[in-house]
Amino acid sequence: MPDTPTILYCRCAYAQVVPSGVKNEVLQKLCDSSMSFETVSDLCEMAAHRDPRLQAIAACGKLRIAACYPRAVKGLFQQAGSPLSEDVEVLNMRTQTADEIAAALISPSDSSPQP
Amino acid sequence: MITHTHRPLRVVLYEGSGSIALPAEARAKVMMSLLDKGYAVTRSGQGASSMPHDDRSLLVLGAFEGRAPALEDASGRIDIDTRDITGLEPEAIVSLVEKTRGDKPMNEPGKWKPWFPVIDYSRCTNCMQCLSFCLFDVYGVSEDNKIQVQNNDNCKTNCPACSRVCPEVAIMFPKYQAGPINGDEVNENEAKREKIKVDISSLLGGDIYSTLKDRSVAAKSRFSKERSSDKALSERKKCLTKLVGDGFIPAEVLASLPSTEEILRKAEIAKERAAAALAAQ
Repeated sequence: MPDTPTILYCRCAYAQVVPSGVKNEVLQKLCDSSMSFETVSDLCEMAAHRDPRLQAIAACGKLRIAACYPRAVKGLFQQAGSPLSEDVEVLNMRTQTADEIAAALISPSDSSPQP
Repeated sequence: MITHTHRPLRVVLYEGSGSIALPAEARAKVMMSLLDKGYAVTRSGQGASSMPHDDRSLLVLGAFEGRAPALEDASGRIDIDTRDITGLEPEAIVSLVEKTRGDKPMNEPGKWKPWFPVIDYSRCTNCMQCLSFCLFDVYGVSEDNKIQVQNNDNCKTNCPACSRVCPEVAIMFPKYQAGPINGDEVNENEAKREKIKVDISSLLGGDIYSTLKDRSVAAKSRFSKERSSDKALSERKKCLTKLVGDGFIPAEVLASLPSTEEILRKAEIAKERAAAALAAQ
């Protein structure tokens, strides 16, 4: 498995429950960086039809996800048959600030804060 | 069972060697537009790992200065399409993606809301109250007798009633506004409050199921002495009406309930499945 974490951003495009200001700012900050990252339109939509991409994401090992509540995100992956490993970091765009999330996503892998 | 199967096209915004990076603002604009249309987008830059390609087709965009390379998957499984976006404005890039996709169907935001329960198995005690409660066959039992969400397409949009009757606060609806149903952490006060709500669900026979969970002979015997079906029906309606009155479920859900005969039939089937699963534990 690679040492560098995979960064995943969920847009929550199928329902407006994540504040648009926060999700836009997080994406903008990712775009401002030189990092590679993955984005999906909506993890719930993917889990609803068990998109095999969830399995590919879960298999990435070191993973940082910007989405919503960690309990919900982990439950979505588990229910779709692709449980996340314990050390996956889930950042919550419904409660955390864009600055906090971007800093945690982009930070070096050995110094990232837990949400 | 699962009908929304038109997976989105994965687009790779390539900004590695041999290409010119987009300005950050344009990059963000393109990504936001594509995500809001339902696409999955990878930004290929530096310093982080990318997800492996698991799709049959991939669209690679890059400012290749007019020379989009022809790419081929070594395994031969993935069709890779490349497009040069040199000098294009964000709107034109999005149009190019749409044009390249053509008429291939794809799930799109706005046409459907992914609304279904997600079970937190770290809290779930497999009591089967959700299975007994839901009249739309959303829940089922796995081969190893564990409760699971089997028919999420049957779930009524914006109805979180089953999470309201879960005694362990183990059912989440990630698209719900408020916690803990939206997946927010459950604190003890909330858990106690939820347990009070379960008094409502006990109207539906939840007390019988939870007693059954003890796997005692006495409990099994009690389960066999089920209440009259008329009374169960009346209590279920009372419970649902209360949930609507309290604003917990939309009135449309009550309006779309099956016929009395169908409710009784479903309740009987659910009861048998729950009892069988619990007895087998």
